[in-house]
Amino acid sequence: MIEFQDVHKAFGAKQVLGGLSLKIADAETLVIIGYSGTGKSVALKHIVGLLQPDSGDVIVDGRAVSTLDRDGLTALREGIGYVFQFAALFDSMTVADNLALGLRRRRELSDEEIEDRVREALALVDLSGTEERLPAELSGGMRKRVGIARAIALRPRYILYDEPTTGLDPVTSAVIDRLMVRTREHLSVTGVVVTHDMRSAYTVGDRIAMLYEGRIRQVGTVAEIQETEDPVVRQFIEGRPE
Amino acid sequence: MIQAIGRRAVAAVEAVGRVGHFVLDMVRAVPDVATWAGPAVVQMRRIGVDSIPVTLFIAAFTGVVLALQASYTFTGAVPMYFVGTLVGKTMMLELGPVLAGLALAGRVGASMAAELGTMKVTEQVDALETLAYDPQSYLVVPRVLAGTVMFPMIIAFAVATGIVTGWLTSLVLLDLSTPDFLKGLKLFYRFKDTWFGLFKSATFGATITLVGCMVGLSTRGGAEGVGKSTTRAVVYSAVLILLLDAFWAVLLL
Repeated sequence: MIEFQDVHKAFGAKQVLGGLSLKIADAETLVIIGYSGTGKSVALKHIVGLLQPDSGDVIVDGRAVSTLDRDGLTALREGIGYVFQFAALFDSMTVADNLALGLRRRRELSDEEIEDRVREALALVDLSGTEERLPAELSGGMRKRVGIARAIALRPRYILYDEPTTGLDPVTSAVIDRLMVRTREHLSVTGVVVTHDMRSAYTVGDRIAMLYEGRIRQVGTVAEIQETEDPVVRQFIEGRPE
Repeated sequence: MIQAIGRRAVAAVEAVGRVGHFVLDMVRAVPDVATWAGPAVVQMRRIGVDSIPVTLFIAAFTGVVLALQASYTFTGAVPMYFVGTLVGKTMMLELGPVLAGLALAGRVGASMAAELGTMKVTEQVDALETLAYDPQSYLVVPRVLAGTVMFPMIIAFAVATGIVTGWLTSLVLLDLSTPDFLKGLKLFYRFKDTWFGLFKSATFGATITLVGCMVGLSTRGGAEGVGKSTTRAVVYSAVLILLLDAFWAVLLL
């Protein structure tokens, strides 16, 4: 389980998270929605210790992330797959090497096992045969799928998706949504998805939480969010300018 | 005025603190040999082998000019075999390490800052961390190690090249015989000339790569940030090379 406990985070004078509290249960997919710049990605980065809170804490499987030493953080990260907004593929490496890098870190796997895992993960995202291509040779949608494959290949307990459909056309977005659903069904992972794409949120989410002014404005099932009376949440999910 | 001085003093102390913190993190990452050993070999090739052409080019012409300038200065005043002395001593002690160091600050330091800066702004460094890699182990240690090990080797080649071109210039343009050139070369030679130049080169290599990594990994913003980091890495490295050059001369000569 992942739990945000009254997390505060500021960058200089700008307060981004102002008392974020949220629980993500095992095996569920929780979608965090909210306006651009409200700290959705910042919240996600706290889960893997890429950012440290000014106060409060993020608890993953009973361990406070901010108290972990280097080895503890390594152990935590080995159980989490992270899909970046712009994929963050290593551009000097082939697709296969991008996927294999995290697996090589877990030194218990042989080279053959790593190759099998890479092939399997690429097949799951419908990118078999792209092993030897460089990221620069892929389209935006393919890069995102490789980013997902890189996370899947680790067989993590949690997968964090940072704006997985941003910048993609509707069809490719739907492909990515289907992949996220398929990943959850195949691997039974807990997912946290940060997005402002409501169609995607409704498709992949078990629950949806809206982050507003650094705190959770409302959290509920997809149906509860769709029927909300909260004017701020309503305006956001309907995409009304006022 | 006092406020401005205070702000600059605080900024300077913070900068020193950041450098200390960065170096400490790097030293802590050194025991993680399994992570940095592979990338270190790649970096040794990139920093070492790929830098040889530009370094030898500079050294070759430096040797030619040194021989001609020595001849110009010594003619009629000092025996001409001192041309060999001046070429050898200057290449080993000063021009070999410093000129090559300055050239490599541009080639190695700039490319390192640009590469790591791009990785930073495109979240590749964050991605490495989420894959449970320590960026210090995977990115910094191999580069600094490669710089420290390979710079003395490259500069040894550069010094040899400079001496050879100085000798050829003496033979062809100055009518100095090979025995005379070698006599001058050996005249005041001490083993310290060799190790001092190579030791100095190792410190230049460590400095250039450390600055390239530090500046690259602190890059912010997009392409503009990468551009600024690249420039900063070259300027800081060049200044530090000259300061270190003076420091070692005062301390060891």
